[in-house]
Formats: sequence, C-alpha cells, structure tokens
Amino acid sequence: MTSWAAVPVLAALCLFAGSAAGAAPTPFVMTEVAPGIFVRPGIDEDATAENDDAIANIGFIVGDAAVAVIDPGGSEGDGENLRATILAKTQLPIRYVVMTHDHPDHVFGAGAFVEDHPVYVGHVRLRGALAERGDFYRRGLSQILGKGRAGTYEMPTQLVDGSAELDLGGRVLELRAHGAAHTDNDLTVLDRKTGTLWAGDLLFVGRVPSIDGSLAGWLKELDTLKTVPAIRAVPGHGPPVVPWPDAAADEERYFITLATEIRALIAKGGDIETAVTTVGLGERDKWKLFDDYNGRNVTAAFKELEWE
Amino acid sequence: MKRIPLIAALAVLAATGSARAEEDDATYQARWQDLRHAIFGDRKIEDGAGVITLDAPPRALDAALVPVTIDLPGQAKIKSVYLTIDGNPSPLAGTFHFGPAADTHELKTRVRVDAYTLIHAVAETEDGRLYAAERFVKAAGGCSAPGTKDAQLAMERLGQMKLKRVGDASSSTDAVQLLISHPNYNGMQMDQVTRNYTPARYIQDIKVTRGDALVFDFESDISLSEDPAITFGVLGRKQTPITVEVLDSTKAVFKQNFDIPGNGA
Repeated sequence: MTSWAAVPVLAALCLFAGSAAGAAPTPFVMTEVAPGIFVRPGIDEDATAENDDAIANIGFIVGDAAVAVIDPGGSEGDGENLRATILAKTQLPIRYVVMTHDHPDHVFGAGAFVEDHPVYVGHVRLRGALAERGDFYRRGLSQILGKGRAGTYEMPTQLVDGSAELDLGGRVLELRAHGAAHTDNDLTVLDRKTGTLWAGDLLFVGRVPSIDGSLAGWLKELDTLKTVPAIRAVPGHGPPVVPWPDAAADEERYFITLATEIRALIAKGGDIETAVTTVGLGERDKWKLFDDYNGRNVTAAFKELEWE
Repeated sequence: MKRIPLIAALAVLAATGSARAEEDDATYQARWQDLRHAIFGDRKIEDGAGVITLDAPPRALDAALVPVTIDLPGQAKIKSVYLTIDGNPSPLAGTFHFGPAADTHELKTRVRVDAYTLIHAVAETEDGRLYAAERFVKAAGGCSAPGTKDAQLAMERLGQMKLKRVGDASSSTDAVQLLISHPNYNGMQMDQVTRNYTPARYIQDIKVTRGDALVFDFESDISLSEDPAITFGVLGRKQTPITVEVLDSTKAVFKQNFDIPGNGA
C-alpha cells in the first residue's frame, strides 16, 4: 500500500498526467483473472477529462512467445499506461492488438502500440465501422479530454470473418466474429487453456448495456456464447472477471424485458415516444447509468423491432 | 423545379449559421425570421394557439431520431403543414399537402436534429392563412452522426414498407403509421468502405392515396430520420386499399398497396 508520505507526490503526478501530454506512462494495477490473463477494470462512468476515458475493461494475455493486447484502451494516455504495464511485466513482444469493436473507450489507445508493430486484429466489419465513425468519435472525445489527448484509432490489419486463431506460443486464442449485437462488429476471444472468455461489450455487468447493433441479434449471440467451453468471462464493463455463463443472466433479463415490453406496445399501436418513457423501468434500480442509456436503448430497440 | 431556388436560399442560411452548439434566444429567433421569409415571403404568420401544436422532447435521446408530433385540433380545413428544423443544414424538413382523404388532426414523424434549435410547424388553411407553433430542442450531431446500426441490413431492406393501424379500428378515421426502410443518406455521413462521404440518397416525395383520393403528398428532405416513419389519419371507405408511392433522390420509385389490418373483420 502507498505510504502517507508518498501521497502528495502521487497527487502531483496525477495532476500533471491529467494536464499535459507527454507525462510518463504509469503502469496499472492489474487483476490476473486466470494464469497469464491480466485485466484492468474500467470505472463505471462516461468519458471525462478526469478519467481519461479509462472506462472499459482492457488488458492482455501472455503466451510463451508473445503477448496479445485485448482492447488497447480509451485514449492515448490509457493506451500508453497499458503498454507500460505490459513492458513492466514481460520482455515478450506485443504481437497482436485485438480490438473487440469500434467504440472509442475500447480502441482509442491503439496508437500507443504502433512502435511495437503489432498485427491489429478486428471483426471483418471493424474497418468499415471505423472508417464511418472513427473521425466522428475522435472529434467527440477530443472535446471531452482536451486537445491531443484523444489518441488515434488504428485500422485492423487482420480481419476476422467467422473465426480465427492467434498462436501466442503454448496458448492459442480462438477469435469469433459475431453478427450485429452490441455493435455490428463484435469480436470475442476464447482462451481454451484456462476456459476464459474475453467477451468485450457483448457482456455488461453492473453497468447498463448500450445497444448500438441489434437487440434481437444480441440475444441470439448470447445463446451461442453461453455454450462456449468457458468457466469465467471478462466483461467489457464491470468486474474484471465473472463466472460464465451465469453472469449473462442480468443482461439477458434486461434485453428480454425490453423486447417483451416493446413488442407488446407495438402490438397495440403504441409509439416510440411512449416507449422511451415507459419501457424497462422495472430494471432501473438494477443498473448503473440506467437513466443515461435506457431511453436510447429503447429508441434503438423500438426502431429495430417495429420491422418484425 | 420550383423547389430549387428555395433550397438554395435555405442552404445559404444554413451556411451562415454553422458550427455552433448553444446560442442566445435572439439568434434562434433571427434564424427563424430569415427562414420564414425564405419560405413564406412577406405573408403574415399568426400564433398557432387553437390551430396547431407541436410536441418534441426538450432534450433528444438520439439526435438522429427525434420524434415530432403535430396536432391540428381546430375546425378550419388545413391545406398544408410545413415542418422546419431551423438549425439544420437544410432547415425545411418537409411539407405535407393534404387531399380530400386526409384526416389532418394528428401527424407524427421522426427527424434528425443537428444543433440546439427551434423547430416550427406551420399550418396553412384553405383560405390561405398561416399559423405557427414552436418548440426548442436540445440535440446535436443528428445529421452527421452515424445512424445506421447495421449497415448491411439497411441496403438489403431498401424500399420495404409497412403500414400499421395505430388507432381504434371502429373510429371513422383510420389512424395509421407508415414505415419506409430507407437509409435517407444526407451526404454528411462517411461511407464505410471508401472513406468518402456517402452520396446523398434521400426520400424526396411520399404520396399516399386511398382509391382515387389523395391523402397527402409529402415533399421531404434530408432532415427525415433513417427509415422514415409517418403517422397520419385516413378517411374513406375502410375496404379501399391505401397506396403509397415513394420517390427518392436517385429517382428510384417504391410503390405498395395496403389493406389496413382489422378492416371488415
């Protein structure tokens, strides 16, 4: 633990890191959720200048020959800190940077790894999604974090269509590209050796999920994911590790609630304005950031389900 | 053809007022004064109380899909309704021209909102008088925001339509909702593959008829949300099918006939 004498120094460093580019990267305290699998849990907030968009669960997996980053972080600073964490932990090369989807809190640290010349790995539709949205996200994130702190996204150099394997030496990661769910470019990673599923944002625990793909699609992908040979999962948001498949239950209940209530409303001729003020409210006390996301989720889900 | 000068005028207005988030009331009002002159010239516009009301969320949950409701509770016969999103790049979101088969008491649609803005609905009565209702909406980025959540699906489903009953089947008016699957690309979103701006491809006209009678002809524009939705009332014999004809800016035409479910049952 930190001694009291060191506290003012740390506080000064934090202020410095928050106010200027080029501050020395600081290694994270990681959770080793299974042998060789390290996770930095994000905090359950939206991006602010104070949290540096370090809000997603990010980390890395170490094999005998190489390291794979799984989600490079939410900003330049977040990515640099993750890189410093890896360098402090192992001499092995960072061979892969896996990006689980196109959202900024997961991928805007990608630029911090360019000097490692990794293979940037993503869903076959990640390239298109970043081409469409990347600059829009960067402008938004720059406004929040301040100039020069947003970082950059990197285009994937290896695209996964269906499935793929990454060999880290003595450890083969199985990648799976999913149909539209959280986004239209969700990628999950299975470490068969330890039975660990890195679920990315297909799994939210504690923080209310956000739907930027398809509600019905997400429920379908969850059905598939629940059958993979894993005993634990790393959620995209929430604790660094949760039991699998039990931890999917809350999210699944929320989605089924939304789908059931919206379909019932549509069936009796209800409109989207009514939906956003009435649907899902029974879930309100069960999730963090509920009021920030539920209305938007209902809007997206209504627009999807009215076409059934 | 007569639309072109108007659109050009509106584009100039928009260009002078870009790159802003929040402004003061005087600026919002000045923009409306410019806009109303561009659309209506020197015609007098009266307060809409009792004739037209406009409802929209004060703060939008999704700037690319802002639901708007227009109520026309009065007795006067309404010829047209104009909807403006004053701060959008193309502020005139659309104009409804009603025919004899229209029940004009309520209209709903969904729009994109690009910046904090006033929005207006203006009713034009048969005798040529204009009445306006006004709302302020806090939303930003709705025009340039990537709205499409599943890009593949958007093109696969292009031009598909649905017409659903939303009101009581026993009412003399058939309250229905029309859904049109169309990305309504406004030329401000980036293409997923080429990294060029997706060329504008948007719905320009929606014509709804029942038998030979016009319900409405809606001249629309890039401010309509992706997969446009319009709720409206239809008069006439319930057994007579409703026909929808959609024209987009590439001159593609989508046409479909609908029997309203619940009729004659």
